[in-house]
Amino acid sequence: MTFYEKELYRIRSIVYSNEGQINTVIGIRNYIENNYDVNLNLDLLSQIQFVSKYHLLRLFKKYYGQTPRQYLINKRIEKSKEHLKNGMSVTETCFAVGFESLGSFSTLFKTKTGKSPTKFQKEQLSRSIIDSKFGTLEYK
Amino acid sequence: MKITLISIPVRDQEKALKFYTEKLSFIKKKDVPLEGGNRWLTLVSKEAQDGPELLLEPAPNHFEPSKVFQDALMDAGIPYTQFDVQNVDAEYERLTKFGVEFSMKPTEMGTVKVAVFNDTCGNNIQLVEEL
Repeated sequence: MTFYEKELYRIRSIVYSNEGQINTVIGIRNYIENNYDVNLNLDLLSQIQFVSKYHLLRLFKKYYGQTPRQYLINKRIEKSKEHLKNGMSVTETCFAVGFESLGSFSTLFKTKTGKSPTKFQKEQLSRSIIDSKFGTLEYK
Repeated sequence: MKITLISIPVRDQEKALKFYTEKLSFIKKKDVPLEGGNRWLTLVSKEAQDGPELLLEPAPNHFEPSKVFQDALMDAGIPYTQFDVQNVDAEYERLTKFGVEFSMKPTEMGTVKVAVFNDTCGNNIQLVEEL
């Protein structure tokens, strides 16, 4: 066994010894992964795992390094990029990933990616046209 | 300021290019010839071709401390670089079939699952899947 593997086991026994807590946060993360497109809030998440919402917030942050809300927003932005690349309109994308206001979606998208959803989509679509004309730019 | 580049020290750039494109399925993005047969050689992942580039740099051949550090990490089994995957177990199976050697099999570590393999260019690389 390598030094690294030994250290990993040692650290795991200290940091990740509470299996109940780990199962709870993994359950919450999976729930967000599968339901990012609907209106999610802490009350709902805490009911699913039978823990108080403040306890849940603390636990999630402790193990994933960000709050459930931050995790959810990043998930939605990642998914919206896929939709935009596939040609879905900005408005449709906004609602398909669970946002309720087009304005807040566009602002958030720009904050996270550096460009507006419209500009992002234009760049992606022109890129795919170039790829189909000239073949993908792959070398070996 | 933007984060766009991650560098990996390699002993042989051509060998590294083959390993990273053929086994790991990365795509070559930039290949600029420099002096002495060295290249500015970068790769991107197939799923995120506009994402950060991976620079395969021949530092250990030209700067002794880089070589010493790389050897020490290799001996201790420590990965200095990690890649994100959807499913560590599936990648472990796939890469093992290609003859890639793992020093650590898929192992759960709290909220992630990790595995470590040898890139044959002097580095341990960790695969990670968020659980």
